[in-house]
Amino acid sequence: MPDQAASDEALPEKSRFAEVPPLVEPIDPDVDLRVPAQRSELVRHHGPVLGVIALGGGLGGLARYGLAEVLPTAPGGFPWATFLTNVAGCFLIGVLMVLVTETWQAHRLVRPFLGVGILGGFTTFSTYAVEIRGLLAPDTVPLAFGYLAGTLVAALLAVLLGHAVTRKAVSGVAAR
Amino acid sequence: MTVLLIFLGATVGAPLRYLTDQAVQSRHQSLFPWGTFTVNLFGCLVLGGLAGAGSAVPAPLFALLGTGFCGALTTYSTFGYETVRLTERRAYFAAAANVVVSLAAGVGGAAFAYQTVHALVG
Repeated sequence: MPDQAASDEALPEKSRFAEVPPLVEPIDPDVDLRVPAQRSELVRHHGPVLGVIALGGGLGGLARYGLAEVLPTAPGGFPWATFLTNVAGCFLIGVLMVLVTETWQAHRLVRPFLGVGILGGFTTFSTYAVEIRGLLAPDTVPLAFGYLAGTLVAALLAVLLGHAVTRKAVSGVAAR
Repeated sequence: MTVLLIFLGATVGAPLRYLTDQAVQSRHQSLFPWGTFTVNLFGCLVLGGLAGAGSAVPAPLFALLGTGFCGALTTYSTFGYETVRLTERRAYFAAAANVVVSLAAGVGGAAFAYQTVHALVG
C-alpha cells in the first residue's frame, strides 16, 4: 500500500477521535477454527450478530424496494429513489454512529442490526453504479456525472449533518 | 412473491458484506477501507452482469440476486461514513483515494460486466 505511510503520518498523535474505537474490531482472534469445539464457540458468539444483520438487511432491502416503487425512474431520467435512499441512509448512519460510539451504551446487537443490517441493506452502491452506466449515453452524459457527483456530495454532507445535529442534540440533553 | 425474493436476497447479502469486511480488514493494517471496497466492487460486477443480460434474466431472479442480494451486499452508508471518518482523522489522501477508486472501479466494473454479458447473451 503506497499511501499507507503517508496516511499514518497524517494522523495526529492524539487526535480528538483517539477515544473512538478503530474501524475494525477483530473477530475473536483467539478462536482456532481448526478445533471443532472452538468453531461452535464462534457460532454461538457470532450467530446472533449475523442473525440481526440478516434480518436488518432484509428489512432495509425491502424499504429500498418500496421507495423505488413509489418513485420509479424514467429511462434517461434522474434516479431520485436511489439518490434519496443513499443520502437518507448516510444521514442516519451519521446519527447512529454518534449515538453508539460517543453517548449511548447500546446493546452489542444494536449497531449490527441498525447500522450494518438496516442501513447497509437500505443503501446501495451497485444500483448507483449501474444507473450511472445506463446514463452514460450520448444524450445523458451530463446527467450521469451530475448524478455521480450529486449523490457523492449530498451523501458525505449528510453524514456530517447527521453527526452535527446528533452531537448538538446530545449536548443539549446533557446540559439540561 | 417479489417482496419475499428481495427479502431473501438481502438477508444473504448483508451478512456476507459483514463477513467479507471482517475477513478483508483483519488481513492488513492500512487505513483504506478495503473491505467495503471489495463488496461494492463485487456487487457492481454482479449487478452490471445481470443488467447486461437484460430480458434473459427472469424478473424473479433479478429480484432475488439484483435488488435483494446485490443491493444489500453493497452499501453507500458505510462508504460515506468511512470516507468522512478518514477526513476526521486527517487522512485526506486516503479519503480522496477511497472516493476516486471506489467510484472508478464501481462504475467501470458495472460497465465492463454489462458489456461482457450483453455481448455474450445478445
